[in-house]
Amino acid sequence: METAFVRRELIAPLPPPLATRGLLGFVRWRLFGGVLNTVLTLVGLVLLLLLVPPAVRFLLIDAVWSGSSRADCLTETLGRPVGACWPFIFAKFRQFMYGFYPEAEQWRVNLTYALGVALLIPLLIPRAPYKTLNAVAFFGVFPVVAFFLLVGGVFGLPHVETRYWGGMLVSLVITFTGIIGSLPLGVMLALGRASKLPIVRMLCVIFIEFWRGVPLITVLFFATYMLPLFLPGNWRFDPLARVLVGVVLFAGAYMAEVIRGGMQAVPRGQYEGAMALGLGYWRMMGFVVLPQALKYAIPAMVNSFIALFKDTTLVLIVSIFDLLGQLRAAFADPNWATPVTLFTGFAFAGIFYFLISFAMSRYALYTERRLDTGARR
Amino acid sequence: MDRELRKPGTGTDKVGPPRVALRNNPKVRSTFYQVVVLLLVLACAYAFTVNASANLRAQGFASGFGFLGNTAGFGINQTLIAYSETDTYGRVFLVGLLNTLLVAVIGCAFATILGFIIGLARLSPNWLIARLGGAYVEAIRNLPLLFQILFWYLAVLGAMPAPRNSIGLGLQPILTAIGDAFAGLGLPAATVEVWRSLANWVGPPDVYINNRGVILPQPLLGEGFEWVAIAFGVAVLAAVVLRIVARRRLDATGRTFPAGWIGLALIVGLPLAVLFALGVPLGFEHPQLRGFNFVGGVRLIPELVALLVALITYTAAFIAEVVRGGVLAVPRGQSEAAQALGLRRGPILRLIIVPQALRVIVPPLTNQYLNLTKNSSLAVAIGYPDLFAVFAGTTLNQTHQAIEIIAITMAVYLTISLVTSIMMNWYNARMRLSER
Repeated sequence: METAFVRRELIAPLPPPLATRGLLGFVRWRLFGGVLNTVLTLVGLVLLLLLVPPAVRFLLIDAVWSGSSRADCLTETLGRPVGACWPFIFAKFRQFMYGFYPEAEQWRVNLTYALGVALLIPLLIPRAPYKTLNAVAFFGVFPVVAFFLLVGGVFGLPHVETRYWGGMLVSLVITFTGIIGSLPLGVMLALGRASKLPIVRMLCVIFIEFWRGVPLITVLFFATYMLPLFLPGNWRFDPLARVLVGVVLFAGAYMAEVIRGGMQAVPRGQYEGAMALGLGYWRMMGFVVLPQALKYAIPAMVNSFIALFKDTTLVLIVSIFDLLGQLRAAFADPNWATPVTLFTGFAFAGIFYFLISFAMSRYALYTERRLDTGARR
Repeated sequence: MDRELRKPGTGTDKVGPPRVALRNNPKVRSTFYQVVVLLLVLACAYAFTVNASANLRAQGFASGFGFLGNTAGFGINQTLIAYSETDTYGRVFLVGLLNTLLVAVIGCAFATILGFIIGLARLSPNWLIARLGGAYVEAIRNLPLLFQILFWYLAVLGAMPAPRNSIGLGLQPILTAIGDAFAGLGLPAATVEVWRSLANWVGPPDVYINNRGVILPQPLLGEGFEWVAIAFGVAVLAAVVLRIVARRRLDATGRTFPAGWIGLALIVGLPLAVLFALGVPLGFEHPQLRGFNFVGGVRLIPELVALLVALITYTAAFIAEVVRGGVLAVPRGQSEAAQALGLRRGPILRLIIVPQALRVIVPPLTNQYLNLTKNSSLAVAIGYPDLFAVFAGTTLNQTHQAIEIIAITMAVYLTISLVTSIMMNWYNARMRLSER
């Protein structure tokens, strides 16, 4: 007797409710799901309307693209609302990039940039080969080459005093020197702070906490006004070099904490394993702990490099004119005094700083994700 | 080491610590290295001192802190305590320190509020709001702070109109603007009139902004206002005591008592009650435009406004990230378990989520407060008279006492940092104890 009904084939699954999937569902749940949500969306839309169209109008639509003086960027001459005055940036571009570096010698700066980029890019790509060689070239050889290229005085290159340096050149020189100098200093301080020797540890803690406890400006003032007093009177000390010393000390203290964080992420078993193999302190640290610690610390390191890059702007307070300082000097030029000059200059510098910092922070995020997959449990 | 252990003839049945050469003895070695390091540091310090005193003698500057008693002879455009050009450098130091603390306190308070709003906005289920919060954080964090300070000072406040065309910040201008917009759209005159009469009813705004700063109404404290302050203090004290008693009772009997709400009512209610009992000895002096300038009210100098706006918006972006991280650090299971226990939404937030999130949030939050305080030294770039600007700036230029002045300035910031980190260590230790 065949009374039971047994379905032999599966029913085709129903499509999901229209309103929870796709664009419609997105709009419904993420933008207009409930009264509060709708109000928030409207507030957000108003904010967008208040911010984006004026910014686009200023930067692109109403902007002036060619001209040679302030007259080309005035509402009176153009007879329309004026946005960004880009000719101002074009006219001052060399000053923003090189400061007062002699024009005939600016190829040296460009060559240094090109060398740096050529060495940096393969270093940032994890899959590129010859990492050790590359790192030695970038962190060891490149600074020496760059120093002689920029300063000159050898191989027939005319000497260029640092007081002619300025603009982005100074920003990058300070950032780069800070990075190169703070790495070894940071490693030593981090090792000292983790050391079992009480006096060494105490000295390192005092050093680190001292520099981390004071603002960078006081460090720059210290380097500019106090440091020369501490050195024998006949030592001539370049102003830019003084600032570099201050920046390296300051960045080194922060780097030490970043590396210490990385060392804490190295499992205890690594230390014990190294000791069991009979490695001494320096070999244990150099071959086992530090390579792992530095790898763990890369994202935080890049973040502190970003902070360093942003902090280089402070040197304008001790009369070294980086990009921001040149910008401020350019504002004083009566040939370009218009109501929009300030906003144009800030827009240009803002885009410049944002692009570099943003690129660096994305790289930090990328390395973080890459390392995360390896270490995740 | 090995060789010595194996040396024949020395072995007895005694098992003791292996005898090693003196230079391999860990204790001797570590002492030796430390003595070397210490000697190096001391030698450096000695060389610095010798050089410094020789250099100072060569330049003919007196060292020591005697200059603090000399007459400063320069004016300061914002002072919280009485100050005149005939006062001493010591007084200048005090004025600068108070100005720094003013920026730090106001900045921290508002940066916290803005930071929490943006941090929570980034966590909002609303897609648009979360994206806007993210855009804010990215834009602000990737621009140098000095850039932002100069932007607010030079470009924004510098572009403000002269005092006689000041921009009023309040409801009236907004309502008038809406009315004008309605009129511009060609809507019926009656609807336009509604907005205009509303604007008239609200009256002129109390806050004005122009290129000389921001003008706020000035509170005028009348006779007996100190009693309100005393009442406030008493109420705070009572609320604290109430909370402790309620806690004890909870621990002893398990019965809850709404100490928080009653305490809040006390803190708000008691001063208000005293205020009304005394016939409201509090008024506001409203700023009014007379001729070319304002009469009445307090004026915040543009340097202070620009510095505060820049510091608050900048630090808020970092605080937003701290808040977001803290909230995300509380595992989902916590709120699910609380729901399973039958707690409602309010208590879940108050008793489960917030305490755990705060434990993650507070240490980096204090760090941000510290950063804000240290960053306030950037005031020197726009001429706000903070500690750094008047002391390490003007005073240093006039007296050339570089070592003393920079040492004092660094010591002030170091003290603030150290006190904060000591408090943080105490807080962390307390929080760790309550963990398990």
